[in-house]
Amino acid sequence: MSFSVPPSVIATGVLTGLVYGLGALGLSVIFGVVRVVNFAHGEIMVLGMYGAALLAQHAGLDPLAAAPLVAAVLFAGGWALQRGLINKLIGRPEHMQFILLAGVAMMLVNLMLMLFGPEAQAVQVAYAFDSFELGPLVLDKVRVYAALAAVLVAGGLSLFFSRTRLGKTIRACADNQLGARVVGLDVPRLYALTFGIGSATAGIAGCLLTLMVDVRPLLAPELTLLGFIIVIVGGLGSLTGALLGGLLIGVSEAFAGFLLLPSMKSMFSYGLLILILLLRPQGLLGKSS
Amino acid sequence: MTDEKISVPPLRLARRQFTKAALAATGVAAMGLPASAILAQTRTLKVGMLLPRSGFFAQAGQGCQRGADIAAALLSENGLRVELLNADTESDANVARSRAEKLIGDGAQVLVGAFDSGHTAAVAQVAEQHGVPLVINIAAAPQLTEQGYRTVFRNFPTSKTLVRNGLALMKDLFQATRKTPATAVCMYANDTFGQANKAAVEALLPQLDMPFRVLESINYDFAAKDLSAEVAKAKATGADLVIASTRANDAIMLVREMVKQRYRPMGLISPGSPGFYDDQFYKVLGRYGDFVISNVPWIDPKSEVARRIETAYRKEFPSYRYESDAFNVGFTFEAVLVATDAARRAGSTDPKALLQALPGTHLPEHVMIGAPIQFDPKGQNNGVGSAAVQNRNQRPTVVLPKSSAELDPVFPIPAWQGRS
Repeated sequence: MSFSVPPSVIATGVLTGLVYGLGALGLSVIFGVVRVVNFAHGEIMVLGMYGAALLAQHAGLDPLAAAPLVAAVLFAGGWALQRGLINKLIGRPEHMQFILLAGVAMMLVNLMLMLFGPEAQAVQVAYAFDSFELGPLVLDKVRVYAALAAVLVAGGLSLFFSRTRLGKTIRACADNQLGARVVGLDVPRLYALTFGIGSATAGIAGCLLTLMVDVRPLLAPELTLLGFIIVIVGGLGSLTGALLGGLLIGVSEAFAGFLLLPSMKSMFSYGLLILILLLRPQGLLGKSS
Repeated sequence: MTDEKISVPPLRLARRQFTKAALAATGVAAMGLPASAILAQTRTLKVGMLLPRSGFFAQAGQGCQRGADIAAALLSENGLRVELLNADTESDANVARSRAEKLIGDGAQVLVGAFDSGHTAAVAQVAEQHGVPLVINIAAAPQLTEQGYRTVFRNFPTSKTLVRNGLALMKDLFQATRKTPATAVCMYANDTFGQANKAAVEALLPQLDMPFRVLESINYDFAAKDLSAEVAKAKATGADLVIASTRANDAIMLVREMVKQRYRPMGLISPGSPGFYDDQFYKVLGRYGDFVISNVPWIDPKSEVARRIETAYRKEFPSYRYESDAFNVGFTFEAVLVATDAARRAGSTDPKALLQALPGTHLPEHVMIGAPIQFDPKGQNNGVGSAAVQNRNQRPTVVLPKSSAELDPVFPIPAWQGRS
């Protein structure tokens, strides 16, 4: 067996991993601030995918162009979910939050099955079959665009949290909830805002993913699990960690798929997860508790 | 009960003719009973349909269901009322098992299904336990008819036969086009069907003296999100030919990745699997889906029964594409046909009577290419044939065998670029 890997395979892993990373970033944002593990995260991503698919089919909108619209809708949905349901369980035992969000996830999957059916749907864009050819490197155009968009959104989020007053307020609330209350911050509002931002990020990641993966409702649990793996590997609550985790999972899957058996791709993700849990439980860029 | 005197080719007869023939065949007419009395006695056959109408195989399962619906309508015209008890296996073997139990509890006298080998294996156990016949519409894993079940009858080739026919047709293709690949790479989904095909290809290649050498076999997850690494691996082998055992979604992903990665071997051939002629395949890939070849059992364009089914299909399901559904519709229709034929010959719809009648099945008039439907002592029909079906102008087109060909085969495939 040859152990040389074509550069295209590595590039594909990197590009795919960046989109995975953006999806997980939404999960990380929510956990980092609200301290709620969003079991419906994959479902929100798939809602974003269907949003992009519907806009492509009925309005002829490219998923890249549809992303802001989908993000706005999912921001509102995330806000409402936090205000209407999750806020009522803040401070209650964690298992109640898990069950609530797992229930929301199941409802969303079944709703999507009822609305869209079980079949995979593809979004057709004009450049769906195009590639950039740079010497021996053949880069799938949709992956390049999706990865660039993912980096842009992640960069924007990073700037929002580090440079804006609202972002800093949310971070302050994440660091010390009691302190935030003492200085008069509206914590439930900030939580809702954060859940909205996390959902919007997941929605954008869903739009980008639509360019690479056919959408079907049963993809959702798989994406939730993938999100968990990525944030645990990268470090729960760390934005950069989520992107790094996504990159690692994307590249390791591509390597495993190419060098070993493609059917063992998922095994590598889980292997990486177990290794991180054993050697660095807080994740690569997470803070030790 | 003698099979010979009641083996009426039913689909060629009008309803009135059929009633007379059936009466004569059962010998009851001679007893002076009125026709209505006889029809009222044993003419409702409850067929438990087990199909994956939702979940991963939903598209195919729903196609099969349309075949069953047509069968119930057309075969009921022939004096035997076919009542379908429909159950959705949800593309899950455990659900298939529990639905089979429920159908039998609800009074199903014969089970038909279940599209996937894994699901069918689960249903076969239930059928055997209850002594209810199972007529398999589509499922290729050889073990289904190798386990000594008394109740299982399969009118579908085993994966070994599928692959044997598929490989033989490849040789015919190379001969017809005078182009022969020297190397090949095989790609299989890691589900029951894919792995059964893999085992069959690996067992048959040395026996059939194929002109190419297999450089690598690549297994992939049947529910994979994308096949970029798999196609990169196949491309890296530099093989002239890709032999792929696919389902609907992975067939799309495979070709899409081949186009994106600019991997154009001489050909992409399925040795007996679906996927390349699915409606969604044409919709998503458009012209990129042209020229791939599926060596699969196919509707016999010369069959009168097939023409009747096509007419009924186009009337009942105008929003669906017959060509893409024909495989699933044809085999499911035939499975119901086998069950109703057994009921007619048995003169009863009791499962025990059906079980006695099924081994004597002999149906020269049927839908799919092949010899008359009949079963060996294990319950397997060994006479199902295959055709090389090439996508041409986004339509599955028979290109081999020559006797049934609608167009000449194109091989090697033209370049991807410039097709859109």
